[in-house]
Amino acid sequence: MLSLPRTRWQRRLRRYGLAWLGGGIVLAWFLIAALAPWIAPWPPDAVDVTRRLIPPSSAHWLGTDILGRDVFSRLLHGARISLLAGFTVVLLGAAIGTAVGILAAWLRGWGEEALMRFTDLVLCFPPIILALALAAALGIGTTNTIIAMLVVWWPKYARLARSLALVQRSQEYVEAATVLGLPQKRILFRHVLPNTFGPIAVLCTLDLGIAILTFAGLSFLGLGVVPPTAEWGSMVSEGRELVEQWWVATFPGLAILTVVIGFNFLGDGLRDWLDPKAQR
Amino acid sequence: MTPVLEVRDLVTVFHTDNGPVRAVDGVSFTVARGETLGIVGESGSGKSVTAQSIMRLLEPPARIEGGQVLFEGRDVLRMSPRELSDWRGASAAMVFQDSLTGLNPVLRILRQVSEHVVAHGRMKPAAARTHGIELLRRMGVASPERAAASYPHQFSGGMRQRVMLAIGMANDPALLIADEPTTALDVTIQAQILDLMAGLNETFGTAIVLISHDLGVIGSLCRRIAVMYAGEVVETGPTAEVLHDPRHPYAWALAHAVPRLDTPVAARLPGIEGMPPDPLNMPVGCRFVPRCPFRTSRCGQEAPPLTEISPGRSVRCWVTMDGRPLPPPSLPAAAATPRAADTEAPLLEAEGLVKHFHLSRKSTFASRETVHAVNGVSLHLMKGESLGIVGESGCGKSTLARLITRLHAPDAGRIRFLGQEITTMGGEALRLLRPRMQMVFQDPYASLNPRMRVAQILAEPLVVHGHPDPAGRVAALLDMVGLNPAWGARFPHEFSGGQRQRVSIARALALEPALIVADEPVSALDVNVQAQVLNLMLELRERLGLSYLFIAHDLAVVRAFCDRVAVMYLGRIVEEAPAAELFARPAHPYTVSLLSAVPEPGARRIVLTGEPPSSLRLPAGCAFRARCPVAQPICAEPPPLVEIAPGHRVLCHAPGSLHQGSA
Repeated sequence: MLSLPRTRWQRRLRRYGLAWLGGGIVLAWFLIAALAPWIAPWPPDAVDVTRRLIPPSSAHWLGTDILGRDVFSRLLHGARISLLAGFTVVLLGAAIGTAVGILAAWLRGWGEEALMRFTDLVLCFPPIILALALAAALGIGTTNTIIAMLVVWWPKYARLARSLALVQRSQEYVEAATVLGLPQKRILFRHVLPNTFGPIAVLCTLDLGIAILTFAGLSFLGLGVVPPTAEWGSMVSEGRELVEQWWVATFPGLAILTVVIGFNFLGDGLRDWLDPKAQR
Repeated sequence: MTPVLEVRDLVTVFHTDNGPVRAVDGVSFTVARGETLGIVGESGSGKSVTAQSIMRLLEPPARIEGGQVLFEGRDVLRMSPRELSDWRGASAAMVFQDSLTGLNPVLRILRQVSEHVVAHGRMKPAAARTHGIELLRRMGVASPERAAASYPHQFSGGMRQRVMLAIGMANDPALLIADEPTTALDVTIQAQILDLMAGLNETFGTAIVLISHDLGVIGSLCRRIAVMYAGEVVETGPTAEVLHDPRHPYAWALAHAVPRLDTPVAARLPGIEGMPPDPLNMPVGCRFVPRCPFRTSRCGQEAPPLTEISPGRSVRCWVTMDGRPLPPPSLPAAAATPRAADTEAPLLEAEGLVKHFHLSRKSTFASRETVHAVNGVSLHLMKGESLGIVGESGCGKSTLARLITRLHAPDAGRIRFLGQEITTMGGEALRLLRPRMQMVFQDPYASLNPRMRVAQILAEPLVVHGHPDPAGRVAALLDMVGLNPAWGARFPHEFSGGQRQRVSIARALALEPALIVADEPVSALDVNVQAQVLNLMLELRERLGLSYLFIAHDLAVVRAFCDRVAVMYLGRIVEEAPAAELFARPAHPYTVSLLSAVPEPGARRIVLTGEPPSSLRLPAGCAFRARCPVAQPICAEPPPLVEIAPGHRVLCHAPGSLHQGSA
């Protein structure tokens, strides 16, 4: 016979262990982003050509880059911009997409067709290429890059929200609300909308890592932030030809990796937790 | 002779996050060769877990922690995985409730029937195929050669259940365990499957363990019965004795809570209040104590042992341990319902209602298919009256409910409610009339918004329609349906199915309606809870002068609840009469066979062959013609509506030509 973990905590840990790990990583990056100005040992943009490309040491834990800036301090400050960009894109994208999707599910007929075909139109472009083109057209800058990403980000939420709302719409409690003579607007906002939040929240969490990665990718290509600003993608880009000075590109790359993995673990755990079939 | 199956002190524990739950707690029984044993109990009583433990189908966090399962003397619990897979499917087989998930959707039927015959080395593949087709024929599958090459989704539920039985019987097992095999089926199809199982038992001597919540199903097939409550067997004995003279108070409540075709019309059912004990926190003494009407001081302190009171009959109860019987329930008399004068205008009137749904095209060139859900239904309902609508799944009864409540718009016909024409009414005018006509839904889990507290759910319609004191009204409503007003702060998932249905009823009553349309309000509930909810609805009707349009598939429930009954078949009402009249003198052949298909211990049955025709293509003439045992050539013509007695109308060329017991 199988041996089972005996205590409650052992079982919880076994089932949601990775989710806790992911949550821990995400929380750590949040704290770092919030406290960056206080915990960074050096100013992130302080150029000092006399101290360029110093390997990791006690003074510069992760070394310095080609302009003598402290990689560790830049990494900490870079967390702020990455998380901010990721959250802005995902939250605004989810809001726009959910609004479009739920409206489509409610309108049915021509309204639904028009909204969903427009969604398909945006979806059929490769997202990175479209964001790239838009960011290039709008010009370099954090805000412009976020806008460009938003344009390609909302359609998947529209699709998800529409299918969720269609399911909720046929539920008996929505029929009950209609029979009770509640106004349509109230049924939509008080009954249908709150019941679509769970899966959308899961998609958001899984999506945050991807959004941060995409933003870093655009910055890597020179479209994200305006140069002196510390940002992981542009830091990797600055270090990509420095083969000997591996620390310049490696550490920001590891930062991106951990954030993406953290959000993925967290999102997976959230999905299991919200799945009614997995509840015991 | 060793029995086929002997279960001794079986203990199965679920290790949940909140602690261990003893789902099966010391269950013992034996099944001899050729015997039929029924296990009955409400949901959560441990009956399905018992079956899964016997077959060793459980996975962590469930674990068998004690006892023995002896199959012809061998302990199943000690078998190695290899022995187990040799044993399962060859000597013991299991049939599940859900025939759609029980069959592999991507394999052809024949492969699934013959696969394990070959796997167990009984036959060569070619011989197994012939054997498989023969089995399908024996299980009553129409044109088995063609069926063998089909996939499960091409079959109806009843046909799939026959295939499941064919798979189970393929290796001539000594033991067949059937877990709620007919619960998902319509009553006429259920009768066919039960007859088939009885035949297998007689012809091949297969021992059958039938698990069901339905005493009628068990009574019509099983010679012995075991009643389970909270993981324990509380009473065992010959079925007839347990049903007519139950000795355990739970069995007593179960036997009397089921509405039967011979109970008086519109009578209260003796349901027991309360809920099963919390499995994490079992009472010290008898587990039934909190709900028991016969409890003594001893019951709360010491757990009674299962004691033999007469040969073959055991009971787990301090009160009846010495052989005393339990008293019959005192039935509260049915109150006379106030009759509306015939001259009064009806509350609700529907004429020639039609609703067709157009399916989307399967391909660009295919013609659009149409579901003919409702095909010309006329009905009327007086104030204070309850009209029952019965029919099998797919007969259009739920669509009819949604037409009358105007959730759907009818394609043709007229609806008048409270003297107003509501057929095409829409927007604000309809919204303001809605409070007068409310609906109670079938699924107590889907009909309440999971993200709102009960008090919010009840207050919302009141606030929207401008009630002066929503909070006070909510408390009064909860009290009215027998729930503690303090529970308003809870979410729906914190309630049991029956309690949720009470919340649903409270919500329907919030706006003081004149009419409640109830779409299968008790079909998802355990019999005991069903009795409680029906009693509540009857009481509210008397207190508030409500009218009900009561939709159900269960004839006995309708009989217990309604003044008049209309029987639907394929979108039409085929017979309509006062309840007592309809059940005493059914005239339409469909009504007669429907009544006789209800499983009642010892009753003779007219088993309808075949299944209801598809509503995609309506047959010309009488819709029932294809299945009617007394069909004549004239039935190809549309039948006339004949009034054979005052208020008794039948849509038939030859009403009354089929009698119960004549087939």
